[in-house]
Amino acid sequence: MQTHRYDVVIVGAGGAGMRAAIESTKRARTAVLTKLYPTRSHTGAAQGGMCAALANVEEDNWEWHTFDTIKGGDYLVDQDAAEVMCREAIDAVLDLERMGLPFNRTEEGRIDQRRFGGHTRNHGEAAVRRACYAADRTGHMILQTLYQNCVKEGVEFYNEFYVLDLLMTEVDGERRTSGVVAYELATGEIHLFQAKSVIFASGGYGKVWKTTSNAHTLTGDGMGIVWRRNLPLEDMEFYQFHPTGLAGLGVLLTEGARGEGGMLRNATGERFMERVAPTIKDLAPRDMVARAMVAEVREGRGAGPNKDYVYLDLTHLPKEQIESKLPDITEFARTYLGVDPVTELVPVFPTAHYAMGGIPTDVNTRVLSDNDTVVPGLYAAGECACVSVHGANRLGTNSLLDINVFGRRAGIAAADYAVEHDYLDLPVDPQGQTMALVEGIRSATGGERVGAIRRDMQETMDMNAQVYRTEATLKQALTDVSELKRRFAHISIQDKGARFNTDLLEAIELGFLLDLAEVTVISALERKESRGGHAREDYPTRDDVNFMRHTMAYRTEGRDGETTVRLDYKPVVTTRYQPMERKY
Amino acid sequence: MIEAAEVTLNVRRFLPEVDDQPHWEEFKVSAFPTDRVLDALTQIKEQQDGTLTFRRSCGHGICGSDAMRINGRNRLACKTLIKDLDISAAITVEAIKGLPLEKDLVVDMEPFFDAYREVMPFLVPEGHEPTRERLQSAEDRARFDDTTKCILCAASTSSCPVFWTDGQYFGPAAIVAAHRFIFDSRDAAAEERLSILNDREGVWRCRTTFNCTEACPRGIEVTKAIQEVKRALIFRRV
Repeated sequence: MQTHRYDVVIVGAGGAGMRAAIESTKRARTAVLTKLYPTRSHTGAAQGGMCAALANVEEDNWEWHTFDTIKGGDYLVDQDAAEVMCREAIDAVLDLERMGLPFNRTEEGRIDQRRFGGHTRNHGEAAVRRACYAADRTGHMILQTLYQNCVKEGVEFYNEFYVLDLLMTEVDGERRTSGVVAYELATGEIHLFQAKSVIFASGGYGKVWKTTSNAHTLTGDGMGIVWRRNLPLEDMEFYQFHPTGLAGLGVLLTEGARGEGGMLRNATGERFMERVAPTIKDLAPRDMVARAMVAEVREGRGAGPNKDYVYLDLTHLPKEQIESKLPDITEFARTYLGVDPVTELVPVFPTAHYAMGGIPTDVNTRVLSDNDTVVPGLYAAGECACVSVHGANRLGTNSLLDINVFGRRAGIAAADYAVEHDYLDLPVDPQGQTMALVEGIRSATGGERVGAIRRDMQETMDMNAQVYRTEATLKQALTDVSELKRRFAHISIQDKGARFNTDLLEAIELGFLLDLAEVTVISALERKESRGGHAREDYPTRDDVNFMRHTMAYRTEGRDGETTVRLDYKPVVTTRYQPMERKY
Repeated sequence: MIEAAEVTLNVRRFLPEVDDQPHWEEFKVSAFPTDRVLDALTQIKEQQDGTLTFRRSCGHGICGSDAMRINGRNRLACKTLIKDLDISAAITVEAIKGLPLEKDLVVDMEPFFDAYREVMPFLVPEGHEPTRERLQSAEDRARFDDTTKCILCAASTSSCPVFWTDGQYFGPAAIVAAHRFIFDSRDAAAEERLSILNDREGVWRCRTTFNCTEACPRGIEVTKAIQEVKRALIFRRV
């Protein structure tokens, strides 16, 4: 076992992790630990853009952006946090440009901007051009640009180091951060990283669902690690299903396609979003569009042999516009469905996409152990965190914004903390829990297979905890997940080796996914209202009297080692916007 | 109704803790024509042999994790559909060449990233930092658009015969990265990058075999980019 010492350890090398690393490396000795290579992260799959009220092409201001974010989040957004994000958005975009990001340009040579779902002029009057973009590869460009600047700054990476535990040391009755434990994929060796501060920037957990836009590797590891250390998770019932996944596959087609003028049609050719959101139509927020699509299919107006999808229509757009502004999604449709968006309708259906919930933090990315107690030295940013700037439904482009604004804040805050504090002694047997996890799986001899359990989990979550939910479906999901957790205790893996053991890796990942599926379903069961991405058919309206509050889920360990999930609530921070009915 | 068919994959295996030498092993899977080779590999790993080892992440050709040699050609497993391969014979799958083999389809990527990092793959701007964005015309932006698409999958570099035989050659992907900045109107370090690439292990090693252009899953005209760098070196003008 090797031991390392860094002021700051960052877990994850996607957009948030690398943005943090650029700041932190300038201020303190920093290591970035990633289970992949830095440029493999799913930030690179983001397509459409990053919103900021630059007003390069039409009048705009960050207060309108703030309002849209809050309304889009169905008023579950912490308004102070949204203000921070939307105000700092402008510098976040300009910083990226100065780092070299090749944005599309206007005729004057400024950063070009386009329309995106839920982003409006003057509190909802009409769609506004706010999304800064680089074709439909904005995430790819952000990821590459951030990695390039990490190279420039000499950021130290530990590639294919899978972090499996957070180390905390009790000081004066308070748990403080003292490091992490990582498993080196190439060798199977366990490494201890002693650190003054730790930033989790480990991404989402979209592989809980079967139809998903998420990478195979998005298994909620960071959220799971924090959870197993008995820190809370916030608003886990709020998960976004992106309207336009390639039907049957879930591969993402950017909302920017509708920003460029694309529209959704049912089997009869009707542009059904005109009925649902008369003002901004196809550019309504994602939760509304996803529900409308599912409703079309349920009411028999779905297209295709099984009437189980709708169409994205770009055929009225000029070929040059499609090929220059939307080249990648055009290729995805051609490659995976054999459909040419220039001349044909593209079959689409909602796909699991983004966790609004996650590790609770304040606006300075400090992780909370309850509604307001900070865990000294622990930070989180990006999809694994819940600030909460996305509330019950994230607006398109605000995730790329989130990782840049809060990634930067995390890098600065964690480095400042490290400069002001000393290393803590590591807890007794720091690697114990990790060794038990790894060796337990490696030596297990049960008959259950990881792939089968994962598939069963994904099927029940798609069936019972997707766009629409009811008490009955969620109870079914909970029963199924509990049974799957029982089966998971009896798995075995075939690869017993030390080197590049991805069989072992996938088993560990599944353990995290099952924990998070359970928290998601339990949180969803108790929220007896419909708000944003959480649509309960048995409680179809928003209930501000009883549920205008964040869910806080806590893991508690009983004496027998059994764990239970306890729910509590946290007030929403409201500054200047009172909840209104959400119409578009 | 499209039927699943039995497909045979012949995979070049190497388990470093067991095998002295790589060897070929056949697997049969049931696959739909629209399945990806990655789906077939996943099926083998889940249902037949958990020791089969490969990298993958996004599953749709954007993260660059799963470059491998499929039927003798470098491709991404997640972007290669069964229907586009001849399934009357076994589909051969092996690790990309020219990088140290670690296990099955996994190679050591460090030498590849080392070459990338050597060409100064970041913007080096001139003058004071502007308060707003730097201006750039759409034409200037278009000048280097093609080489911004690179996902660092190593398909091009590991398809290059010069790279296979000469362990020191930067390789196509690193030159693509240099090109992306040399031709960016906002950048001021073209001279330095050109000097690096003028080295004996630089662009002059390229023999214009076009393997890289054929291999690139992003459709980058790699050979053209290398030619543009060579021309810039000859005329010292970008």
